[in-house]
Amino acid sequence: MIEAHSLTKRYGERTAVEDLSFTVRPGSVTGFLGPNGAGKSTTMRMLLGLDAPTSGRAVVNGKSYAEHRAPLHEVGAMLEARSIHTGRSAHNHLLALAATHGISARRVNEVIDLVGLRAVAKKRVGGFSLGMGQRLGIASALLGDPATVILDEPVNGLDPEGILWIRNLLKGLASEGRTVLVSSHLMSEMALTAEHLIVIGRGRLIADTSVTEFIAQAAGDVVRVRTDEAEKLRGLLAGPDVSIASQEPGVLSVTGLTSDRIGRIAADHGVALAELTPQQASLEEAFMELTRDAVEYQAPAAQLVTAGGEGRAA
Amino acid sequence: MTTATVIPEAERGQVTQLRVIHSEWIKLRSLRSTLFTLLAAVVAMVGLGFLFSYFTADRWSHLPPEERLNFDPTLVSLRGFYLAQLAVGVLGVLVITGEYATGMIRASLSAVPRRLPVLWAKALVFGAVAWALMTLASLTAFLVGQAALSGHHLGTSLSAPGVLRAVLGAGLYLTVVGLLGVAFGALIRNTAGGIATVFGVLLVLPVLAEALPSSWFDAIDKYLPSTAGQGLIHIHQQPHTLAPWTGFTMFCLYALVALAGAAVALKRRDA
Repeated sequence: MIEAHSLTKRYGERTAVEDLSFTVRPGSVTGFLGPNGAGKSTTMRMLLGLDAPTSGRAVVNGKSYAEHRAPLHEVGAMLEARSIHTGRSAHNHLLALAATHGISARRVNEVIDLVGLRAVAKKRVGGFSLGMGQRLGIASALLGDPATVILDEPVNGLDPEGILWIRNLLKGLASEGRTVLVSSHLMSEMALTAEHLIVIGRGRLIADTSVTEFIAQAAGDVVRVRTDEAEKLRGLLAGPDVSIASQEPGVLSVTGLTSDRIGRIAADHGVALAELTPQQASLEEAFMELTRDAVEYQAPAAQLVTAGGEGRAA
Repeated sequence: MTTATVIPEAERGQVTQLRVIHSEWIKLRSLRSTLFTLLAAVVAMVGLGFLFSYFTADRWSHLPPEERLNFDPTLVSLRGFYLAQLAVGVLGVLVITGEYATGMIRASLSAVPRRLPVLWAKALVFGAVAWALMTLASLTAFLVGQAALSGHHLGTSLSAPGVLRAVLGAGLYLTVVGLLGVAFGALIRNTAGGIATVFGVLLVLPVLAEALPSSWFDAIDKYLPSTAGQGLIHIHQQPHTLAPWTGFTMFCLYALVALAGAAVALKRRDA
């Protein structure tokens, strides 16, 4: 269980995180989503007591992180990039972390096998690929068999096989009743892995919702209808809350009616339908829509489009 | 997918200072850079000790009478400390800044969120290793140097007055240089900056002091960290310096103040 209570972090003039409150519950994977620079990593560092919040409080498993006497058994974390000395072998890195809690060398070998690094465990981490580094980071996080797992962008640099592996791993951890918080800037990845979403932008909470709900909202109720009697159907469907667009002959995009309702109306009036499809706006689009005003860094081209108006988003 | 076997409740231990020390010992011995740097310090100590002794003996008949009169055979054989302190000081800085440069510090402080045990453990482990190795190197340098000097009947022995103090003193001085490195590494958190500060204090300050009028220099120089610390290595107390152990105590105090500052900074700053 992770609780953020009005977390705020300022670096001089710049506010990285502002009045952020949320709760991450055990038993499911929670996605922590936001564009680059939204404050995800800062928030995670505050959860781990590495950065002190300017105001507010972060509580993990009932206590602030620093109050835990055996933190690795409570919270396992992998932070952005690697937090690993490049001159040391994976085995020695884990051994040194394990020693702080008196965790056995047997457990170290266990997590090395778990993440599939057995063959390179004695090699220096400096020579690792990004994906191997991520696996070692995950091994460090799982070392203490913690009830809460916090991973910052774990799929970065992983190949498709690795991504699938991490998805299953996260779901497995959640099904064992652990609290799992995973950050990402990729909505599509989170849609496949997470059940719950916390979306932030420019340090503020934008959404705290289940993935199903998020998808339902994102879908926007657009239904694509194809029929030879498009004009007749358009007249039948028209209503105060209904808007109908048509980009090509014989195809209608209907907003404001469910596909069930459209099918019923068409049947009642003997209109034959060739196609009736609820359209889902892509999740990535929905996410971008949601965070558009909260993107920290935008490419110059994007600014030119809005040039007459407010200028730079940040 | 499962996280394999879980750790039984009985095996879940807390963080203790002793365990953090064990962890730092694993960290120190698992880096090749540690090994090479310590090796360099030993080679500098023993190798230079031999060379200085050998060439002094060789040139003895050409030395001016004044130099012969003040000749300190112990000091000559321990001259390598001047170079060895570079290696030990750099390694002291790296023990901390290596973790900041790689991000390892975040892992270390996540495992030990009270933070200070990490600093104490690093200082203790590195201090102990540096002390043991440098004392051994100092003793070896002394014996090798005396062997080189004895051909000209210039050597001395460990039982002569002040010699043991000087030989052990070189090891102690180098240990405290290493601890200064740890402290400045933790204060500055950057390898280049940390190294520059340590050697600014040890090597540059005395040179700057020489620019002062000589009465000022005589008054100030003895309190400078390097002068105060190195008194232990001289058999004959130099003019305008503190008594050997008084000076060394002063040197230790400087290191303690720097470590205390490092502790405050480590506790307060974001990692």
